[in-house]
Amino acid sequence: MAIIYPMSATIKLSDGELAQRSPRQIAWMRLKRNKVALVSAGVALFFVVIAFLAPVITGLFHVDNTKLYLDQLIDGQPKGGFGGISWSHPFGIEPGAGRDLMALLLYGSRISFSIAIITSVTYVGIGLVLGISAAYMGGAVDSILGRIADFLLSFPTTFMFVALSVPLTMRVEALGIAKDNGARIVVMVLILTVFSWPGFYRVVRSQVLSLREREFVLAASALGASRKRIIFKELLPNLWPLAIIYLSISLPGYLAAEAVFSFLGVGVQAPSSTWGLVLNDASSFWQRDPTYLAIPAGMVIIVVLSLNLLGDGLRDALDPKSDR
Amino acid sequence: MLKYISKRVIYAFVMLFVLSIVVYLIFGLVPIDPAQLSCGTHCNPVVVEANRHRLGLDIPLWHQWWNFIMGLFQGRTYGEGAAIIHCPAPAFGYSFPNNACVSEVMAGAFPFTFTLAVGAFILWMAVGISFGILAARKKGTYIDRLSTAFVLIGSSLPIFILGLLIYITAFLLHMIDPIVQGTWVSPLTDPIGFFKNFIFAWITLALAYAAIYTRLTRSNVIETSSEDYIRTARAKGVSERDVLYRHNLRTALAPLITNAGLDFGGLLGGAIITERVFQLPGLGYMSIKAVLRDYDLPLIMGTTLLAAAFFIFFNLIVDIAYAYLDPRVRIN
Repeated sequence: MAIIYPMSATIKLSDGELAQRSPRQIAWMRLKRNKVALVSAGVALFFVVIAFLAPVITGLFHVDNTKLYLDQLIDGQPKGGFGGISWSHPFGIEPGAGRDLMALLLYGSRISFSIAIITSVTYVGIGLVLGISAAYMGGAVDSILGRIADFLLSFPTTFMFVALSVPLTMRVEALGIAKDNGARIVVMVLILTVFSWPGFYRVVRSQVLSLREREFVLAASALGASRKRIIFKELLPNLWPLAIIYLSISLPGYLAAEAVFSFLGVGVQAPSSTWGLVLNDASSFWQRDPTYLAIPAGMVIIVVLSLNLLGDGLRDALDPKSDR
Repeated sequence: MLKYISKRVIYAFVMLFVLSIVVYLIFGLVPIDPAQLSCGTHCNPVVVEANRHRLGLDIPLWHQWWNFIMGLFQGRTYGEGAAIIHCPAPAFGYSFPNNACVSEVMAGAFPFTFTLAVGAFILWMAVGISFGILAARKKGTYIDRLSTAFVLIGSSLPIFILGLLIYITAFLLHMIDPIVQGTWVSPLTDPIGFFKNFIFAWITLALAYAAIYTRLTRSNVIETSSEDYIRTARAKGVSERDVLYRHNLRTALAPLITNAGLDFGGLLGGAIITERVFQLPGLGYMSIKAVLRDYDLPLIMGTTLLAAAFFIFFNLIVDIAYAYLDPRVRIN
């Protein structure tokens, strides 16, 4: 993907005055015109906010994610139709254990969002640093990093995750870094990051190599700018759009990945709850309690879809020449 | 050309070699003792030590790795006397929970994975490419918008949710039988049973991939149609049909070979999620069971190495095919 960063433009204001628009303003203008992306951004933001406000919201509804509402169950099934939906339990009750589904999903989305956000930020950061280093240092550093990236990309990620999560979790626990689900989250972020940075690293490296030959960088170095200044003042501002695009595109992928790994049984485990865990549980109850499956499935679909739409919108705004 | 191919082949072998070392190192350093796992519930230190010796785990790690590599070519024999176990080449080790050589377990699972991958591949290539071409030709019409919606939904729906929804639909329509599901039915003796076993898993996997291929095809065809040589072809009176099939698609579809080869190679190692949802005992489902049940290390290493080997092999094939199609690649 070749990023052509929008050049600043001079436009005419209504009273005949001339005004400059910075690239950021142009991108923002384009994004504002994209109604779908704005709505998606609103939806995504809504889910992130309610995830962080989980204790407040569950408090408002007088539900608790650890409390068992066994009086709401008959033979392990929620009372009443539609998964036991009522005023006091708006999303219904979990069959079997009898926890409140809304509280489970709210607290679950905290874990899911944290994993997705931490992983995205980490791999984009690593990709930026290594990509710039490889392009600038060249030689041995470049070829070694290139080989490592090639090598990591030839591993099947899902397989490595399934195979490595259990022993790595034990190792993390043995080292005393974190316990139980804390350790599982650390391992999840670690494995996903390790297998994600090579793709972004390659893009950054090739982008820096081509930017380095551009006139504005040549001009800066002709004026005697230090390498540090060129990297931070000339190159990085041109790499931000790329970083933002990759961040926004990978977020929904990691949300889904977290759900998949919990679903397969190698991610976070009960008594914590994540979307994937609830879905895994629901997949064995769907015949008796379809609502219990429909609500988390719908929630994951809405969040992933809106994040994808937002990512597409950001790409269109920041990189108008991209092929779509 | 020959020089290019031999270079790529050597590179692939080096990758495989390094990969086996890395996989061995990673799994050798994990705090799980296969000897402990191999002796079940009635365990005492003597049995564990005897098993450790029998499995060849009481020697340095590099020597174990060497035995493993030799075993791949020569087969391996574990233990002696009455408790002798022999695994013919290629020996990936011995899986105690299955009481069988890893190669036998994997050979039993491979037909499921292979059938799933081939069927889904054919389906998604057919749907993705034809839908992509259609959307590109009718750019801006409702068909194009339909394709955009399809791409969006197909690429955002997590595959296990898609799979669950399809599974439930099939179940409610009495098209799927969870009891029969997962036993191998030969396509020669019972073609209908064979298709019933796989059709929904094919659809699930194909829907997810078809979305990507629709988008790729559409954008490649649109991009190629603005090339000068297409305009020239039109100007000299070539029919629209020939412009599309003989001029445009040749260029537009070539880059898809890379994606197709890598995606197919990735699936041959096992489609973990789809196999798990549809309870197809392929390589992916087997490896997740091996992890969850009792961490059957030899089997996990076997499936991981096999999956990576398929991926590297198809990477090689893609590179060679691409060099054949595009002479510029050979020179660089």
